[in-house]
Amino acid sequence: MTGNLIVRDLSKTYATADKQVPALSGINLEVKPREFVSVIGPNGSGKSTLLKIVAGIISPTSGTFAISGTAAYMPQDHALLPWRTIEENLLLPSDVKKISRETMRKKIRDLLVEFGLEQFSNLYPASLSGGMRQKAALLRTTLQNPSLLLLDEPFAALDALTRLEAHEWLLLLLEKMHAGVLLITHDIREAIYLSDTIYVLSPRPGTVLEKLTVPLPRPRRHEHLQTPEALALEKKLFSLLINKL
Amino acid sequence: MKKLIPSFALLTGLFVVWELVCMLGNISKTVLPAPSDIFQALVTYRDLLLIHTVQTVEEALIGLFVAVLLGVSIAVILFLFPRVRAAVYPLLVISQTIPMIALAPLLLIWFGFDLFPKVIVVVLYCFFPIAIAVTDALHAADQNTVDLLKSMRATKWQILKFVRLPSSLLAFFSGLRISATYAIGGAIVGEYVGAYRGLGVFMQTSANGHAIDLVFAALVIIAAISTFFLGLVSVAERIFTPWKNVYE
Repeated sequence: MTGNLIVRDLSKTYATADKQVPALSGINLEVKPREFVSVIGPNGSGKSTLLKIVAGIISPTSGTFAISGTAAYMPQDHALLPWRTIEENLLLPSDVKKISRETMRKKIRDLLVEFGLEQFSNLYPASLSGGMRQKAALLRTTLQNPSLLLLDEPFAALDALTRLEAHEWLLLLLEKMHAGVLLITHDIREAIYLSDTIYVLSPRPGTVLEKLTVPLPRPRRHEHLQTPEALALEKKLFSLLINKL
Repeated sequence: MKKLIPSFALLTGLFVVWELVCMLGNISKTVLPAPSDIFQALVTYRDLLLIHTVQTVEEALIGLFVAVLLGVSIAVILFLFPRVRAAVYPLLVISQTIPMIALAPLLLIWFGFDLFPKVIVVVLYCFFPIAIAVTDALHAADQNTVDLLKSMRATKWQILKFVRLPSSLLAFFSGLRISATYAIGGAIVGEYVGAYRGLGVFMQTSANGHAIDLVFAALVIIAAISTFFLGLVSVAERIFTPWKNVYE
């Protein structure tokens, strides 16, 4: 095993009542330890399906995948439980694993303080802003001690400015964890700003059109997006996606 | 409470008109008693009314409690076992087309004049709204959240406990609200066909004796208790679904 995640020849076909709908076809993909990988593609390219397979929610029709360590999945739309306060929501992973709540509470408090959510810890998700809800959901994901984060368009519902902020705290969080990321997105700049590697998927059934390396140094700065390398990459991604629509 | 002021004003107005019609129209008390006559009857016969009220409330509360347990259990079983659901769900819906008033005499024959057959009638009235509301809500739980729990390798039971049951609470209270309004009515129906005590049998004997003011007195009590039950459900809902208040 050379990486955190290896996906080989993965295909998925959904069977409906009268026909077979292929969603993914022959996907090969790799996330190395601590690598940030984005998957970008048009709607219906099976991005979410790919992530759900890797998260163990649905099974592939053919092909294999292997994860060394544990993966933690964050679905589209924060999926915070509305009847649990923010702190209780963060306790969900330990509740499922039947780990005593007391051992987790201190860790959760520290995390909430660090990410500026401590004054919301006893509030219900409905009283938080969209950005804070995503942040809480991401913190909950990291509490599973994953070596790989599986993020399904975590920032798609946020406005442009909040999204930029969200990028910063995601990168901050990743510096503290030793985890790789597989991020699903349809935002080209988001993919460039955050990733080491970008996979471009074709429309249905999704296949890997191209695997691109992001030639930008870390830590990332927003100015990096204005460098010739970044602009060239953006142009290339744009033409790959636009030509396939 | 402020929201209720218009209704209260309307009701008071109706009572005033009713009182005037009875007074000016010289209508006999044995045909249509005036609100003041009904109030008089409530005061005069309060001890007797209390005995019958306690009996009816007891039947309604026990029945409603059993209906909650039965309704939620049916919903969970139907959810856990799709084959049972396929067989039972349609029959459950069809069973509700049978008028309870037709079953009450049979229950009387089988179980006698005591509390038990009345409780059965109340249960039959009340379990259905709860069972249907909760069954549908268990299925309608947010798929993203279910996926999240699956990715955490949660068992089917854990998904039920952490996601599906809590997300059914609001629907449960909607069902319970309907059931709470049925409960007293169900007990009255059960008593109507035969009982030793209860507001149903009290109304029947009063009507037979042309004591119409007592029939109305019983109706006032029934309305008051049903309203009180609804109030209790609302209070319980506020206590058990505190997150809902955030939206208001």
